[in-house]
Amino acid sequence: MTDATNPAAPVERPSLLVPDARTAKRNAAEARFRAYGLSAIIISLLALVVLLFTIFAGGAGAFRQTFLHVPVTLDAAQLDKKGNGDIEDIKKVMTLTYGKLLDQSVQDLIAKQGITIEGLTDKDVANLVSKEASAQLRNMVLADPSVIGQTVDARVLVNGRVDGYFKGRVTMESAARDSNTSPAQLQLAETLKDKGLLAKEWNWAFLTNPDASDQRPEAAGVGVAILGSLYMMLVVLFLAVPIGVAAAIYLEEFAPKNRLTDIIEVNISNLAAVPSIVFGILGLAAFINFAHLPQSAPIVGGLVLVLMTLPRIIIPARAALKAVPPSIRDAALGVGASKMQSVFHHVLPLATPGILTGVILGLAQALGETAPLLLIGMVAFVKNFPSAPPAGLFDPASALPVQVYNWTQRADPAFMERASGAIIVLLVFLLCMNLFAVFLRRKFERRW
Amino acid sequence: MPASWTLLIVLALAAAGFLIGRSRVLAAVGGDSRKLHSRTGYYGWNIALFTAVPALFLIAIWLFAQPDVNRMVLAGVSLVLAGAGLFLSLGRTAPDFRARNAVEAFVRGLLILCSSIAILTTAGIVLSMLFETGHFFTQYPWKEFFFGTTWSPRFGGGSQLGMLPLLWGTLYISMIALAVSIPIGLFAAIYMSEYASPRMRSVAKPLIEVLAGIPTIVYGLFALITVGPLLRDYFAQPLGLGTSGSSVMTAGLVMGIMLIPFVSSLSDDIINAVPQSLRDGALGLGSTKSETVRKVVLPAALPGIVGAILLAASRAIGETMIVVLGAGAAAKMGLNPFEAMTTITVKIVSQLTGDTDFSAPETLVAFALGLTLFVLTLGLNVLALYVVRKYREQYE
Repeated sequence: MTDATNPAAPVERPSLLVPDARTAKRNAAEARFRAYGLSAIIISLLALVVLLFTIFAGGAGAFRQTFLHVPVTLDAAQLDKKGNGDIEDIKKVMTLTYGKLLDQSVQDLIAKQGITIEGLTDKDVANLVSKEASAQLRNMVLADPSVIGQTVDARVLVNGRVDGYFKGRVTMESAARDSNTSPAQLQLAETLKDKGLLAKEWNWAFLTNPDASDQRPEAAGVGVAILGSLYMMLVVLFLAVPIGVAAAIYLEEFAPKNRLTDIIEVNISNLAAVPSIVFGILGLAAFINFAHLPQSAPIVGGLVLVLMTLPRIIIPARAALKAVPPSIRDAALGVGASKMQSVFHHVLPLATPGILTGVILGLAQALGETAPLLLIGMVAFVKNFPSAPPAGLFDPASALPVQVYNWTQRADPAFMERASGAIIVLLVFLLCMNLFAVFLRRKFERRW
Repeated sequence: MPASWTLLIVLALAAAGFLIGRSRVLAAVGGDSRKLHSRTGYYGWNIALFTAVPALFLIAIWLFAQPDVNRMVLAGVSLVLAGAGLFLSLGRTAPDFRARNAVEAFVRGLLILCSSIAILTTAGIVLSMLFETGHFFTQYPWKEFFFGTTWSPRFGGGSQLGMLPLLWGTLYISMIALAVSIPIGLFAAIYMSEYASPRMRSVAKPLIEVLAGIPTIVYGLFALITVGPLLRDYFAQPLGLGTSGSSVMTAGLVMGIMLIPFVSSLSDDIINAVPQSLRDGALGLGSTKSETVRKVVLPAALPGIVGAILLAASRAIGETMIVVLGAGAAAKMGLNPFEAMTTITVKIVSQLTGDTDFSAPETLVAFALGLTLFVLTLGLNVLALYVVRKYREQYE
């Protein structure tokens, strides 16, 4: 070995225990690099926490609504004019009559409780309850006509502004500028709350009610949207899953290596990355303009989601089929099964848990998809529940994510709370689906 | 509804065919199934498939192509088809008929049909958009569309439909989103694959991937009610840069958060695929861990990471709900990130929702925009795939 050329200046190394300047610098760089990595993870987790927290904090209010308990005397002379208790006759009485009855009852309640508030007008009193309250009262009577003539304790929705006051959205200052409420009305509500007649209670109606008009955010619910989403998921389940699994089986097990197969494969991976809104354009052009299917129907939304979900089902299904070891196929073929029998009797059952996991994740993605549904008219205001499938698939309906979008476009800030609430519902569904997928994977995953 | 009755009758015919075929072929050999070519079920399936499938296809395709068809005619034709299938296949049923082969060929055909739906979808997308884009360009000059700098659609004529402001908004927002997500996602991936303990990895990785499972409408709402007002009140207004809650910055930041898991999980896979021997070599020469990562692992993983970034970019360009709720609707070509701008996807939504008139250029322009978007994202995806494939060859 020859000596290395004499270094002009040997590196100073005063002690093994004290790192020299260059080592210290390198170690510092190491520590910095590590800190960057850690902070990147912390930032992402923080973003997740903040995102979920703001949505939950903003939306929790939708599940608790302010209700007024008011004794209402259901005057038989007004509600059942013929006095025969016939439900058809009672149905002819419209909400207007009930509204007057309710107004009177609220006036009476205030008088009975001896509440006097300066500057309280009749309009304030009449507006204390929601515009939906008279319909609530009517539905209560129609559900049980025998209450006519009695005095019942009605539980009715309170105006959205008053509800917002108890949720901190409306203040006395903002109420003074607001034509829909007044400080006196809020004081009245405060007094009624002190007397235990007005309270925030759990609001099932948010989950079961249909959408409501701009004027009555307090009555809006996600009932139609949940049903519409459910219908679309049914369409996806019945079309995308069999087609997707069949395509995966063909491509993985039977397809010869040729040009056509190549084209199909490239196509599928490209389709998985096409922006979802493009599928909306396709749906609009193909299903609505060409095939003249009805707008805002779950069948159209479902078909668009089917096309979008297909590649997202095919790709994991192929992976699941590939994971089944060839020895299984060989054994089946060895005892005389045909190729088709070996696949359908042996490979497919073994790949089922993996395929199912992919299917559920694909469905979850389809459930949260919004953009393509906007283009096929799912944004329409739908107040009637669709009928049962299959006919109901052609009725107008909404969908959960579209309902969220819809509510963000309304002027009243009370709808923002509704939108966040609808997202909570959506996230709960997604969470359940994902947990189920994780459960399937944990329980049935096999290592060969 | 006659359609569902027809369906039921067809299915009932198929079920009856299954039972008849099975019992008939069994009777023909005197109950000794060993004398048959195939197992008895195949004779039944043969009949059931030939009865039901052609009729069902006829119903589906006819209803799709001509929804207002007379339901009685449809029912009649499909029932005749089902009956014909039943009788033909019943006539073929004999002990030496190769029922298994027939059924398997039929099923194989169905499988091929199912996998070609992907091609049909792509063809549908391209054709529907090309067709309507062609209509658009007969009414509006293509040069104005691609190179016009003003976007002001007016229903009633005289619209200016230049795409450049929308393209600029799309690219600007995507750039901000990538500027957020690439460093965070990449560093998270590096930390996760090189530094984190297995326990931390098993917690942090799924949690970051939760971000990918959240629907984009949730991010949109987050931008609208949280990030937008926050940026407006604490950055834009004090700095005098703008007064709008929806801005390029809002949409970009939130989209960046959405893209973190894409960048991180793809890069994580790629970094893990770099052979351990490269790391061992670098560490053996005395480099620190970060030097190994920066000088050895990252250069080796670079093509894959570039592929991941291209995929993230394609998602950013095609993202809709975040920009609809967070970016605003004003088509502008500015540099101020706290100003509201708009994107291609936002304009597709706004031109195609509400009352639309499919002969007006203001509506048809959405198809041209959609085609542009499709071509852009497709190009990025193909490029990404090409880069990733090329990289894979190096280590396998």
